[in-house]
Amino acid sequence: MAKETGIKSWKELNFGIAITTPGNASELKTGDWRSMRPETNKEKCTKCGQCYIFCPDMVYSKDAEGYYPQNYYWCKGCGICAKECPVDAITMVQEVD
Amino acid sequence: MSKKIGIEVSIACAEAAGLCDVDVVAAYPITPQTHIVEHLSEMVADGHLDAEFVPVESEHSAMSACIGSSAAGARTFTSTCSQGYALMSELCYIAASLRLPIVMAVANRALSAPINIWNDHADLMYARDTGWVQIIAENGQEVVDLTIQAFRIAEDPNISFPVQVNLDGFTLSHMIEPLTIPDKAEVQKYLPPFKPKFYLDPSNPMTLGAVGMPDIYTEARKAQDEAFKATLPYIEKAWDEFGKQFGRQYKPVETYKADDAETILISMGSLSETAMTAVDHLRAKGKKVGLARIRLFRPFPAEALFAAIKNAKNVIVLDRVTSFTGGHVSGPVALEVKSILWDRKCYPKLRNFLVGLGGRDTTVENFEEMLEKVAASKDDGVAPAYEFINVRE
Repeated sequence: MAKETGIKSWKELNFGIAITTPGNASELKTGDWRSMRPETNKEKCTKCGQCYIFCPDMVYSKDAEGYYPQNYYWCKGCGICAKECPVDAITMVQEVD
Repeated sequence: MSKKIGIEVSIACAEAAGLCDVDVVAAYPITPQTHIVEHLSEMVADGHLDAEFVPVESEHSAMSACIGSSAAGARTFTSTCSQGYALMSELCYIAASLRLPIVMAVANRALSAPINIWNDHADLMYARDTGWVQIIAENGQEVVDLTIQAFRIAEDPNISFPVQVNLDGFTLSHMIEPLTIPDKAEVQKYLPPFKPKFYLDPSNPMTLGAVGMPDIYTEARKAQDEAFKATLPYIEKAWDEFGKQFGRQYKPVETYKADDAETILISMGSLSETAMTAVDHLRAKGKKVGLARIRLFRPFPAEALFAAIKNAKNVIVLDRVTSFTGGHVSGPVALEVKSILWDRKCYPKLRNFLVGLGGRDTTVENFEEMLEKVAASKDDGVAPAYEFINVRE
């Protein structure tokens, strides 16, 4: 529906407000009302992937080195990852701007 | 060949849905709608109708199942009334927004409290803002015809909205009348197979009923409103074609002795039959009275109603519901009429009467009383927004 890249006119909406491109929720920016941001300390991180498993959105994915960096496009700052991290490698940091 | 038989109107309504080769019926029984779904269930059980009958556990589930089946491309029918309608109502808005052409017969009944199983238009007005097409029957033959037309109207790709066929509970639903039941081949000629624009299909996946946040909700509503605004000529076309094929013509507003009338009554549903008797009675006494019967409540046929009432000195609007406005604005039908008149700068003397609540009969004498009240009322100061008729003081 409403992508970050331009809202559609009412004339362009699908019949019955159907979504005919499945999976397009990934285009929706859900990370714009966060007040706290999770940050990972790579020195503590054991690459266990618990943050990836517990994140209710799609913030975490595995990189080439095996770490799980955040994609803040979807991060609402819920803090579940920081709570669940077994080695306390994730801390919630205040968003300043 | 169509045949004329003596039949209970509810049974005839079910037979009409059967003639339309409905694929799915999901319904929960409630008085006075029960005979409609009971008979459909029998037709399916006896092998007379090749359809899925889903005996759901509530009206909320009934409309949920209907939304699913209609979205899958099945011709879908249900029926309810009153408290049952209230329970299913949250789904009804969704059916309209998703443009699902479900047909529902509503055997109009009062809403509680006090608990009352008899007829008025509380459920019809409860459904007013859901985005459904609302059509109102006046007698048994109209119930048969309107049920068949409802599928044609709902499934017209230019319309594609759910349609509610309203029939007064008991007054119509439980009457046995001589009715013409059309031949199935004739119905099939009138009603082409259902070809939805979109339907749920695993090989072509899509999402129906997603979240619409503040940045898209207004656009979604505007699109639905524009689509609904465009439906009226196609509804009339469906009626015209029915008239040509079956010889019975329907219009959004139908009049009776209205052309030279000084006073026009505005009514809906089976009460219009009594109103016509009252018009005859009052005409015999020299009163120039006429009647405008609203057949289509949503979309509201403003131009047709205005054409019927614009030359009248007095307009009497009947509402069959208590809408608890606070006393200073009128009942729902009168609100529509006032809006039409105001927009066209036409200001007859208008009075709104609340009648026929919870099965209370409205008689010819009641119409005489209304006429006397209008004649006696002076246009000085603020007129009463509405008055109860036939209430014990």
